[in-house]
Amino acid sequence: MPDQGLDLAGLWSPIRLTLELATVTTVVLLIIGTPIAWWLARSKAKWKEAVAAVVALPLVLPPTVLGFYLLVAMGPDGPGGWIAGLWGERSLAFTFQGLVIGSVFYSMPFVVQPIRNAFEAFGDRPLEVAATLHASPWDAFWSVAVPLARPGFLTGAVLGFAHTVGEFGVVLMIGGNIPGETKVLSVAVYDYVETLRWAEAHILAGGLLVFAFVVILSMMLLEKRIGRAAR
Amino acid sequence: MNADTPVLDAAFKGPVGSFNLDVAFKAPLKGVTALFGASGCGKTTILRCIAGLHRLPGRLALGDRTWQDDGENLFRPPHKRRVGYVFQEPSLFAHLTVRRNLEFGARRAPGGNGTVPAVDFDQVVDLLGITHLLDRAPAKLSGGERQRVAVGRALLSEPRLLLMDEPLSALDRSTKDEILAYFEVLQREMNIPILYVSHDISEVTRLADRLVVLSRGGKVAEGSVGEVLERLDLQPMTGRFEAGVMLTATVKAHDDAFNLTFLDHHGQTLTIPAVDAAVGETIRLRVRARDVSLATQPPTSISIRNILKGTVIEVREEPDTAFAETLIDIGGGRLRARVTRHAVADLKLTAGMPVHALIKSITFDRRSLG
Repeated sequence: MPDQGLDLAGLWSPIRLTLELATVTTVVLLIIGTPIAWWLARSKAKWKEAVAAVVALPLVLPPTVLGFYLLVAMGPDGPGGWIAGLWGERSLAFTFQGLVIGSVFYSMPFVVQPIRNAFEAFGDRPLEVAATLHASPWDAFWSVAVPLARPGFLTGAVLGFAHTVGEFGVVLMIGGNIPGETKVLSVAVYDYVETLRWAEAHILAGGLLVFAFVVILSMMLLEKRIGRAAR
Repeated sequence: MNADTPVLDAAFKGPVGSFNLDVAFKAPLKGVTALFGASGCGKTTILRCIAGLHRLPGRLALGDRTWQDDGENLFRPPHKRRVGYVFQEPSLFAHLTVRRNLEFGARRAPGGNGTVPAVDFDQVVDLLGITHLLDRAPAKLSGGERQRVAVGRALLSEPRLLLMDEPLSALDRSTKDEILAYFEVLQREMNIPILYVSHDISEVTRLADRLVVLSRGGKVAEGSVGEVLERLDLQPMTGRFEAGVMLTATVKAHDDAFNLTFLDHHGQTLTIPAVDAAVGETIRLRVRARDVSLATQPPTSISIRNILKGTVIEVREEPDTAFAETLIDIGGGRLRARVTRHAVADLKLTAGMPVHALIKSITFDRRSLG
């Protein structure tokens, strides 16, 4: 084992990057996932379950497969390359923006599903009541649907955030390993192990372990509290 | 129907579940009109169409305002219709306190426009007896309390018409009676027209002034509660067990010793358990056909206190049963009596025959005609 000394400063960069990525991804997912969840919960279209299946794909797809397609799409010849061209880049791959896009796809089912379930749980009635009380559909969405679905939003946000933190395969495919740009925690752990820097790997891995435990425990306590409040 | 009273004019036609709804009716925007019929006859669908929650081909006008006219492709969305809707289940917003639930509609109300006076929050809360519940969460209320809050919430949205869809059906017997009493007070104090859906004839006769009887998506009768209940041919709809008539009578005197109230009904006296009504007040009674017996001679030495002179108008025997329905004119009012066909044969009951109608005192429903 090579003696290199503990590089604490080097640990900070992937942590900060991961938190940034997870935060941005969660915010983006809440913004675009909510209308998708609403449509899936309320629409009577027959093909909506096909859309639901597409949203849920990352649950079963190997991350490397998803990453591969995203890499193609983000490359110079894909739509991502065209978008990147708007600010003079060749490609979205191996950039922070690219990672955000990949994470949004990868974590989408974890955000959309709980919100959709929450929207479905209260049914049509509260919205009908709101309409008879002169609330427009837009008004009813904000004053009735969103507050009633709050547990779903909380679960979705926590799961989306946590799942993005734990992302590895997709990041490896589309982000690579650029320090300060795309080198997130899970990649950093892999990197430290590869280079036999076990002390750093231990710190990051242990931290992630505690993080995962805290997330799951708080989710369980939250659900218990919501269940109690509903009775 | 008074020509000056604005009218709800509704006509809907279209498939509902396993049958086709095809109904047209008018109801004065005054007092209580009941849509009455068995479960699944389309009553609720009509109410939902009026509120705009469901769309069937048809037309709908409230007074001089048209809310639906397919010819002009006009369909006013529900939130722009001034109706209050009380659902079968109270459906309070679980995330808001009672007060915030009540304010939800009030805050979005279009505001008094001169014809409709703004509804006073404190008055409604007081009338419904929910002042002490204002800061509670809906989950902490009883079924009856929730439904009272739901009624208050609908009223505070300042509707021009209050729609009530079997608001008592989810409640137990004693809670029902308690809420009915609140509804009566409300109706008297707030003076808001109500369209009330129910399959319970006792509820309907207690509350309603007018009745629209429905069966399998169609209208079979329409008129004042008294008129409709007297019709023997509607019996399959109004129900045999609960069938009866409405009488209106004036309070003549009270007897505190025996805890009785004496009423005057066009010169004949009725005796009922003491009611809380002033002498001279007009009250409404429901007399069920099964509680009326007939005698051709004035009976003596009998516990029954109400013996009314009358004349048989109609006898309708029910083939393959033991029973016959009769309609009796008691001078200014009519009674229905359900007797056996054997009795009809024995007493030779026919139209035009003078009879004595015997009614047990305890069978009166009352409702003050404020």
